[in-house]
Amino acid sequence: MSMVEQFDARSCVLLRLGERRFALAAEQIAELVAPSRVFRFAHRTTEIDGVILRRGRVVPVCDVAERLTGKKLTSRRFYLVATQKRGASLDWVALPVSGECELITADLTPAGESDSPHVAAWLSHDGEVIEVLNLDALTPVPDESATFAHVASPEAHA
Amino acid sequence: MQFAATHKAPHARTEQIILFRCSTQVFAISSASVQEVRSVDTLAGSPVEIGEPSLPKVRHMFRRGEQNLYVVNGAVHFGLRPSPASLIFLLRKSRTALLIDGIEKMTTMTRLQALPAAFCHEERVWYRGLTVLDQSVIPVVRPEGFLTAEELFLLDALVSRMGVPETPAASEMGLGL
Repeated sequence: MSMVEQFDARSCVLLRLGERRFALAAEQIAELVAPSRVFRFAHRTTEIDGVILRRGRVVPVCDVAERLTGKKLTSRRFYLVATQKRGASLDWVALPVSGECELITADLTPAGESDSPHVAAWLSHDGEVIEVLNLDALTPVPDESATFAHVASPEAHA
Repeated sequence: MQFAATHKAPHARTEQIILFRCSTQVFAISSASVQEVRSVDTLAGSPVEIGEPSLPKVRHMFRRGEQNLYVVNGAVHFGLRPSPASLIFLLRKSRTALLIDGIEKMTTMTRLQALPAAFCHEERVWYRGLTVLDQSVIPVVRPEGFLTAEELFLLDALVSRMGVPETPAASEMGLGL
């Protein structure tokens, strides 16, 4: 049974991407930070824009706006830093957002089979029906079958 | 009651690295991985031009002792805009020579952070991880990531077909590390 099915009312953070608002489960949010320098280096993961430094930690920046709204963000007002559990580790990812974020408590309706994979649930707020995002479906996932997946960095520490 | 400190704080493990430039970007490599640094000019005459269509990053090879060494263009390897390279790293215990634009400096890193899992393509082979120097994030390259065993096999087969004659070792001029 998923968390969405277990609890009807949950804390969520509303985020703005251009004209639209989306939500993320509050428990996934680490912090909301002002835009800082994005460090870019050569890589092939097109969904990742670069990385920011946050409390000594390197956090990848993943702009999900184009995928969700069809348009790139013209201005980045904040980075919403979210966490993702991948196996035993907890990864951080910074999502650029274009406006203020809001913490709310709302009743969630679980996503249906016909909903896109990025929709974890739905909520209703201020007369608006809002998608609660499934971050795992929006951010790149390592391909375990790829030949490079087993090339670990034994001396590197998260 | 106070207890005397019996243990000193352990020294952070440090590693000497070379910051180098390919195209517009700066990378780091462990200095222990670099056997020699040479000017491109000092290899003039020795390298043999090769062309494997599936490996545009390798355009030259040269023989050193019994081995074929393959020159990997760093900018092409990382998918950057090619730029005039001036130096070659001969990598230790490797059959790869790396063509770079220049050296920025030698320095020390105290912490290597794992590449975030969100990076999930070739960069996981390219890099050992990321390090933070002077409030900048620098990727630390994996020396064995420039040519895979399959690529080396392909290049060896090409050179074998070409019948490249054994030549004397490349000029011993250059800066040994």
